Amino acid sequence: MTWQNDDAAFSRQNGLKPAEQLVYALRELYEDFGYSRYRMSKFEEYDLYANHKDFLIAEGVITFTDTNGKLMALKPDVTLSIVKNTQDPASGVRKLYYNENVYRIRQSAEGYQEILQTGLEAIGAIDDYTLCEVLELALRSLQKAGGRYVLEISDLGLLSELIDACGITAAGKTQILALIGEKNRHELRSLLEEFSLKQADIDRFLQLLRLEESPRKALGQVVELLNGKVNDAKLQQFARVIRTLIGICEAGTEAFADGAIRLDFSLVGDPNYYDGVIFKGYLEGVPKSVLSGGEYNALMRKMGRKSGAIGFAVYMDLLEQYLDTPEGFDTDVLLLYDTDMPLAAIRAQAEELGRDGSRVMAQAEIPEGIRYRRLVRFGSSADAGGAGLSGSAEEGQDRDK
Amino acid sequence: MINKKMIQVALPKGRLGDKVYEMLDKAGYSCPEILEGGRKLIFESPENGVCYFWVKPSDVAIYVERGAADVGIVGKDILLEHEPDVYELLDLGIGKCRMAVAAKEDFRDDKAGPLRVATKFSHIAMEYYLDRGRDIDIIHLNGSIELAPLLGLSDVIVDIVETGTTLRENHLHVVEEIVPISARLIANKASYKFNQAAIDRITDALAGGKEEKS
Repeated sequence: MTWQNDDAAFSRQNGLKPAEQLVYALRELYEDFGYSRYRMSKFEEYDLYANHKDFLIAEGVITFTDTNGKLMALKPDVTLSIVKNTQDPASGVRKLYYNENVYRIRQSAEGYQEILQTGLEAIGAIDDYTLCEVLELALRSLQKAGGRYVLEISDLGLLSELIDACGITAAGKTQILALIGEKNRHELRSLLEEFSLKQADIDRFLQLLRLEESPRKALGQVVELLNGKVNDAKLQQFARVIRTLIGICEAGTEAFADGAIRLDFSLVGDPNYYDGVIFKGYLEGVPKSVLSGGEYNALMRKMGRKSGAIGFAVYMDLLEQYLDTPEGFDTDVLLLYDTDMPLAAIRAQAEELGRDGSRVMAQAEIPEGIRYRRLVRFGSSADAGGAGLSGSAEEGQDRDK
Repeated sequence: MINKKMIQVALPKGRLGDKVYEMLDKAGYSCPEILEGGRKLIFESPENGVCYFWVKPSDVAIYVERGAADVGIVGKDILLEHEPDVYELLDLGIGKCRMAVAAKEDFRDDKAGPLRVATKFSHIAMEYYLDRGRDIDIIHLNGSIELAPLLGLSDVIVDIVETGTTLRENHLHVVEEIVPISARLIANKASYKFNQAAIDRITDALAGGKEEKS
């Protein structure tokens, strides 16, 4: 398997836009690692989402009553459906990927939107290898999109244990996690003082929010800060996985540049669902995370499953927005034909003009608002001139009526 | 075209913005052009690696959350009201005031029915009363909030109180304090990942300036 960033700059190929090409590239990537495609229905019973609404990243579900009188929903999330419809594997780990549309409320606007979501889930006895593989696949997914990228990693299980070890109540924990998520050190300090934490513990929290950029140095800081405060086996597992991931990055070519991995304990989630490693992926120039995932063993237990689980989703709607720059032209060639020309001749002319890969739009009249690179007239009224072109081809003329 | 290698800083127009620029100037992020006035909107200081632009105070968080600015300075009131998904890196300790409930001097909440609350900060007011289990009727206004109880439009108001002079002159007084407010340095979460060192430097420089001041 190559480690080159040869997919970095998607250009228009086979008529596909960059984001569409990325979907295919990710599918190939996940299949290369033995993940099999999971297909699902567009609908689920509404109860599934009503019972786990805090797990959904956005509120609002489109509901309808089916022919049996059951309240159904257009699925706003993929993970819940996969968990619901997948039994605990008798042995090993079920490795699945998906490419599905989900339906959510449009942010900052009225109405709903259909979003293409790609991602993967590993369900079963999650060992260090699987954990590391999923993190590596998250990194590779970002790499496929091209440009600079960062995968930030945290461990909500360790952070949660640290808070519990300080004797904080559940309500206090929610407040602390919210401030940690904002990197709000000034208000966190006041709150921890209010909770009468020892100065050493307050400093521990504050230092966790300001880790070194270098993942190796940051890991050293995390181990030092959490040592003796959390379950040692879990801390060692986290350290082992991160060290392995750093090793994979360092062994790669320039594709995994410095700074691709970042340990950042300000990354938090809902501890009722996530209870281990969590991560988010960022691409330079995109103002929000484009990938999000983690170990959701707590959700599995809530849904009556014994297995562990880890997975992530890639938000294709955001990637479409930033990867697919608007095209300047609706077509490369506008073939303007006379209506008295034989249809076969018009068709043959269009085919001829498209031989070099140009997009050819044939029209009897210039449509309103169209932009084209080149206008070619084709008609019987034209001076024969051999090729049957009416007048001359107007090269390079942009038209925006 | 803005130079993307510089850290884009959204400054709030007005008195607070002037104070913040003064702090940035002292912290080593000068851009003298910004003081010249005129109609220019964007001010670059390539030597200091920053680019400033003035925006309406209530829009700073939007510019930062959407990544048009890497960092910005915004009042805590705006952060509480809109809850943007940003990092809040520093309390600058300037622009200090408080979010409070105020009412006419003779007001008494008999809790017989929903409390009519006039405010620009509907979300803050709703959260505050929800926490206390008090049923309220929000009346969203965009300005001259103090007028509402005087004309019988509302029982109380939830608004920013700086010195309390406007309240006193209109025979209103603070009934409850909700939260202290001051200016905060915020950063876009994605920008922070790619410009951590530069943003941390600005944060530390401003924190240093703040300590010197206090």
